[in-house]
Amino acid sequence: MIRYILQRLLLLPFLLVAFSIVVFAIVQAPPGDFLTTYVATLASSGTSISAEHIAALRHEYGLDQPVVVQYLRWMQNLLSGNLGLSLEYQRPNAELIGEQLALTVVLALFAFVVTWIVAVPAGIYSATHQRSAFDYVFTVINYVGVATPNFLLALVLMWVAFAYFGIGITGLFSSEFVNVPWSLARVVDLLQHVWLPALVLGIAGTARLTRVMRANLLDELNKPYVMTARAKGLKEWRLVLRYPVRLAFNPLVSTIGWYLPQLFSGSLIVATVMNLPNIGPLLLRALINQDMYLAGAILLIYCFLTIIGTLISDILLAWLDPRIRMEN
Amino acid sequence: MGLGMLPIRTATEAGAAQPLLSVRDLRVTFAMDEGVVRAVDGASFDVLPGQVVGIVGESGCGKSVTMRAILQIVDKPGRIAGGEILFRRRLGQAGAETEETVDLARLPPRGSAMRSIRGAEIALIPQEPMAAFSPVHTVGEQIIEAILLHWRQWRPDGRPLSRTEARQITGDLFRDVGISMPDQRVDAYSWQLSGGLRQRAMIAMALSCKPRLLIADEPTTAIDVTTQAQVLALLRDLQRKYGMAIIFITHDLGVIAQMASYVVVMYLGRVMEEGPVDEIFHAPKHPYTRALLRSMPSLYGQARVALPVISGSLPHPFNRPSGCPFHPRCGDVLPGRCASRVPSLQPVGERQSASCFLYHDVADPA
Amino acid sequence: MVAATPVTSEAEERISVASNWTLVWWRFRKHRLALFSAAVLIGFYAVVLCPDFFSTQDPELTDARQAFIPVQGLHLLDDNGFNPWVPSVAGKRNPVTLRMEWTTDPERKVRAGFFVPGYSYRLFGLIQTKLHFVGAIDQGQRIFLLGSDRLGRDQWSRIMHATQTSMTIGLVAVTLSVILGVVLGGISGYFGGLADQVIQRMIELLQSVPTIPIWLALSAALPRDWTPQQVFFAITVILSLVGWTTLGREVRGRFLALREEDFVLAADLAGASQARIILRHMVPTFLSHIIATSSLAIPVMIISETSLSFLGLGIRPPAISWGVLLQEAQNIQTLALAPWLLTPGLLVIVAVLAFNLVGDGLRDASDPYSH
Repeated sequence: MIRYILQRLLLLPFLLVAFSIVVFAIVQAPPGDFLTTYVATLASSGTSISAEHIAALRHEYGLDQPVVVQYLRWMQNLLSGNLGLSLEYQRPNAELIGEQLALTVVLALFAFVVTWIVAVPAGIYSATHQRSAFDYVFTVINYVGVATPNFLLALVLMWVAFAYFGIGITGLFSSEFVNVPWSLARVVDLLQHVWLPALVLGIAGTARLTRVMRANLLDELNKPYVMTARAKGLKEWRLVLRYPVRLAFNPLVSTIGWYLPQLFSGSLIVATVMNLPNIGPLLLRALINQDMYLAGAILLIYCFLTIIGTLISDILLAWLDPRIRMEN
Repeated sequence: MGLGMLPIRTATEAGAAQPLLSVRDLRVTFAMDEGVVRAVDGASFDVLPGQVVGIVGESGCGKSVTMRAILQIVDKPGRIAGGEILFRRRLGQAGAETEETVDLARLPPRGSAMRSIRGAEIALIPQEPMAAFSPVHTVGEQIIEAILLHWRQWRPDGRPLSRTEARQITGDLFRDVGISMPDQRVDAYSWQLSGGLRQRAMIAMALSCKPRLLIADEPTTAIDVTTQAQVLALLRDLQRKYGMAIIFITHDLGVIAQMASYVVVMYLGRVMEEGPVDEIFHAPKHPYTRALLRSMPSLYGQARVALPVISGSLPHPFNRPSGCPFHPRCGDVLPGRCASRVPSLQPVGERQSASCFLYHDVADPA
Repeated sequence: MVAATPVTSEAEERISVASNWTLVWWRFRKHRLALFSAAVLIGFYAVVLCPDFFSTQDPELTDARQAFIPVQGLHLLDDNGFNPWVPSVAGKRNPVTLRMEWTTDPERKVRAGFFVPGYSYRLFGLIQTKLHFVGAIDQGQRIFLLGSDRLGRDQWSRIMHATQTSMTIGLVAVTLSVILGVVLGGISGYFGGLADQVIQRMIELLQSVPTIPIWLALSAALPRDWTPQQVFFAITVILSLVGWTTLGREVRGRFLALREEDFVLAADLAGASQARIILRHMVPTFLSHIIATSSLAIPVMIISETSLSFLGLGIRPPAISWGVLLQEAQNIQTLALAPWLLTPGLLVIVAVLAFNLVGDGLRDASDPYSH
C-alpha cells in the first residue's frame, strides 16, 4: 500500500514537468506578447509609447530571449517558489493567486461534499426502489441536471433572485467582509454564501453521480453474494448497506479522479458568472491580456490540483478495495 | 460415478418419521412484461429429518426457484402464488426445545420470523462459490456475521457471543470442513482461495448456525471433477456427523445416485416422479424419468452407439404446453388425455409416486 | 395453445435471421422517450440544414429604435378559425429612465403566415429564394417571435442561425474525436507494444489535463484576425483533441478483448488479411457501441462550446452560436428587462437532453447481452 502511494508520488514531478512544457507552449502560442497587447490598448486610448521604451520593457521581462531560455528561466523561478510577476498588475503572481486559490479549493470541496451527500442516498434509494415515484423524479432531475450548463443555472438563479426577490446572490462574502483579514465572523459569512455557488457547481456532477450510484447498485443487487447474505437472515436494509452498497461504492470512488478536477476547472465558469473570488476569472483576464506568466502559473496550479485529485482517488480506491491493494 | 455406486443411507431415515419440511402444491410465478411465467406449478414433496433428498431436472425446470421459495428469497418479479411450505422449526432452549410447524409461504419475506429461520434453521449452499462471497470482505468476516446473527444457536443459555468467540468457532468450522491453515484462511478474501476451498468455506458458512436443513443448489457444477468428488465426500461426512437433512439440487444423475436416498424428478415446475433412489434408478415409472436415465452414458453400454436423447426441446416459458407439461415430448403420450388434463401425483409403488396418466388406473381422481 | 407453437417459432425465426442493426432498431424502438428525442433532433437538424428558411428576418438586421422588443407570441387561431397572427407592440419612452417601454396589444393583430415571402437568401447555398417557413404577411412589417436584443436584432432568427453553428460544432467535433479515437485506440489495442505504450501515456496525460482552463488557453491562443470559419474549425479541433481519449480507451479495450476471441483466430487461420480482420470481423462487433458512445459525447461538446463562447473565448461575433447569444444575457439588469434573451439556454438544455436520451436508448439497444 505504502509502496503504491510512493510510486504514484514519484510520478508526480515528471507529470508536472510534462505539464509545464505544455502550459508554457500554450501561453506562448498567441502571436505577439503582452507588450503588443499593452501597446494596442494604449493606442486605442490615444496614448503612444516610444519604440525604445518598448524594447527596454521587452528586455526587462526577458521577452526578447529565445523561447527555450524563457521557459528555463520560468522553470528556475518556479522551482525556487517564485511564480513570477504579473505583467498587467505589476504585482507578484503568488500574491494575486494567494487567497483566491484557497477560496477556489474551498468552493470545489464544498461542491464535492454537497454532491456526495445528495448523490449517494439518492442513488441508493433509486436503486432499491426501482420504478417508484421517487426513482422517476430523481431520473428526471438527473437528466435535466446533466443537460444544464452550470453557467446557465447560475444565470437563471441570479436572474430569479434579482427580478423576483430583488437580491443579488453574487460573491462569496457580504460587502463588509470582502477586504478584511480572516476572522471567525468572516468564516461564518463565507459559509453562508458558499453553498449556493457550490450547489450550482455541483448540480451536473450530482446528477451524474446519482446515476452512477444507481446503476452500480442495480448491478450489485443481482449478484449471488446478495442472495448468500439474504439466506443468512440479515435484515434487508442492513444487508443492502453492508454488501452491495459497499461494492457499488468502489466505482464511485474512482469517479473522484475525474470529478474533483472537473470541479476545479468548472468553478472557473461559475466564478466568472457569479463574480466569485477565484483563480478562474483571474486566468480568464490573464489569457485575454496575454499576461503569460500569470496565466501559466494558474494553468499549472489547475494541473497540480487535477493530479492531486486523481492521486486522492487512487489512494482511496486502493484503501477501499482489497483486490487493488493486494495487487500492488 | 455410475449407477453401480451404492447410495448412502442414514440411520435417522428409518421409520416413518414426521416430515421436517413438507412442500404442498407450491406455485411460484414471475410477472414479466411479456406475460406471467409459472416457474413452479404445483410442486409437492416431503423431506424427513436427516434425509438426503435429491431434486433432479433440466435447467429451467424450477428446482432452484423452489429452493429460493422455501427460503423466501425469490427475486423480483417472482412471488409465491400459492401452496404451502410447512416447516417444523425448533423453539426454546437446546435440550428442552419444542417444535412448531410454520407455513413459510405465509411468513412475510422480510419479517423477523422468516429471518430467524434463514441461516439458523435452513441454510443454503449457493450455486456459484466464486461469486457467492463478497470480494471486499474477508471470508471470515462474512461467516462471523452469520454466527453473531444467530448466536443463540451456539449459546442456549442466553449469554451473548463475543466476536473473538465467533472467530474461534469459524476457525473450528474451517477445520471441520477440511480447510488447511484455518486460522489464516479466516482472514483471506474469497478470490484468494481456490474453487474447492471456496466451496468448503461456503459449506462452513452454511453449517455455522447448526441448521436442520441444508439446501445445496448445484454445489459442484462450478468446480472441477476431482474437487467435486472431495466436496461430495465432505458433504456426506458432515451429513452423518451432524445428522441434518439435505436437499441436493442437481442435473447430474450420477451425483444424485451418490448422495441422495430419496429422489424428486422435476419438469417445468412440476414433480414428475419421486421415490427412494433405488426405485427411481432401477424401476422408473414416469416416461420422463426413463428418458432421463436412458440419456445417461453407462459403463456397460455398447460403445459407438448414439446416446438416446429426449426428443424436442424445452418449451419457451411463455409457451407452456397444456395438460401434462411433458406430453409434447413424451413417447407414451395418451391421445386426448395428456394434452387436455394435468395428471396428479399418484402412488405407483410402496414409497414411489408418479404424475402420469399411464398409472391412473381409475378415471382421473383429481 | 398447440396452435400457438408455430407462431412462436416463426417469431423466433424472424429474430434469429435479423441482422444486428435490425435487432438494435427493434430494441431502440421500444424506448418511447428515445424515439421522441430522435424526432426532436431531426427537427433541430432540419434547422441546421437551412436556418434562413426558418428565420423571419435577416439575423444581422439592426435597428436601435427596436431594441428589447418583447416576445410577440404566435397565435394560430383567431375568431374566424385558422388565421395566424401576432400581437402588435407599441413603445413609449419613459421620461425618467429615458428607456423605451414596450407593451403588446392583442387587440391590434399583425397578420402572420406560413410559407410566406421575406428576405432573399440562398437555400443550401445554391437556390436563390425568398420563401420562409413563417413570417409576417406584410413584408415591411418586422415581427419578433422571441423578442429582440439590445441592437434590435430578431432573437428568433438569430437562434435559428445559432442552432446551425452549435449543432454542427457538436457533430463535427465528435466526428473528429471518433476518427482519432478509433484510429489511435485501434492501433493501441490491436498492435500493442511500443505504439500502445506511447498512446496510453498520451491518453493518460490528456485525461489528467484540467479541460476547461486548457480549452480556454488554447482558444485564447487563436489569432484575433482569423475568419469565423477558421475559428469555428479551430474550436472543433480543440474540443476533439481532449475529447477523443475516452473513446480511444474504449476502442482499445474492445480490441484487446476481441484479439483473444476464437472468431478472430479463426479468420486469421483462414488466411484473412489484417485489414479484413479488423474491418469485417472486429469493428462490426462494437460499431453500434461506438455510435452510442459518440451520441453521448455530442452533448458534452455542445455544452463545452456554449460555455467557451459564453466566456468570450469560443465562437466570436459576427458568427452566432447559442453561447454567443447567451453572452447578451450576461448582465442581470438587462436580463431582468429582457428575460427572452435566455431562450438559447432552453435550446441548449433541450438539445443536450435529446442527445442524452437518444444515446442512452442506443446504448441499451446496442448491448445484446443486457435485458
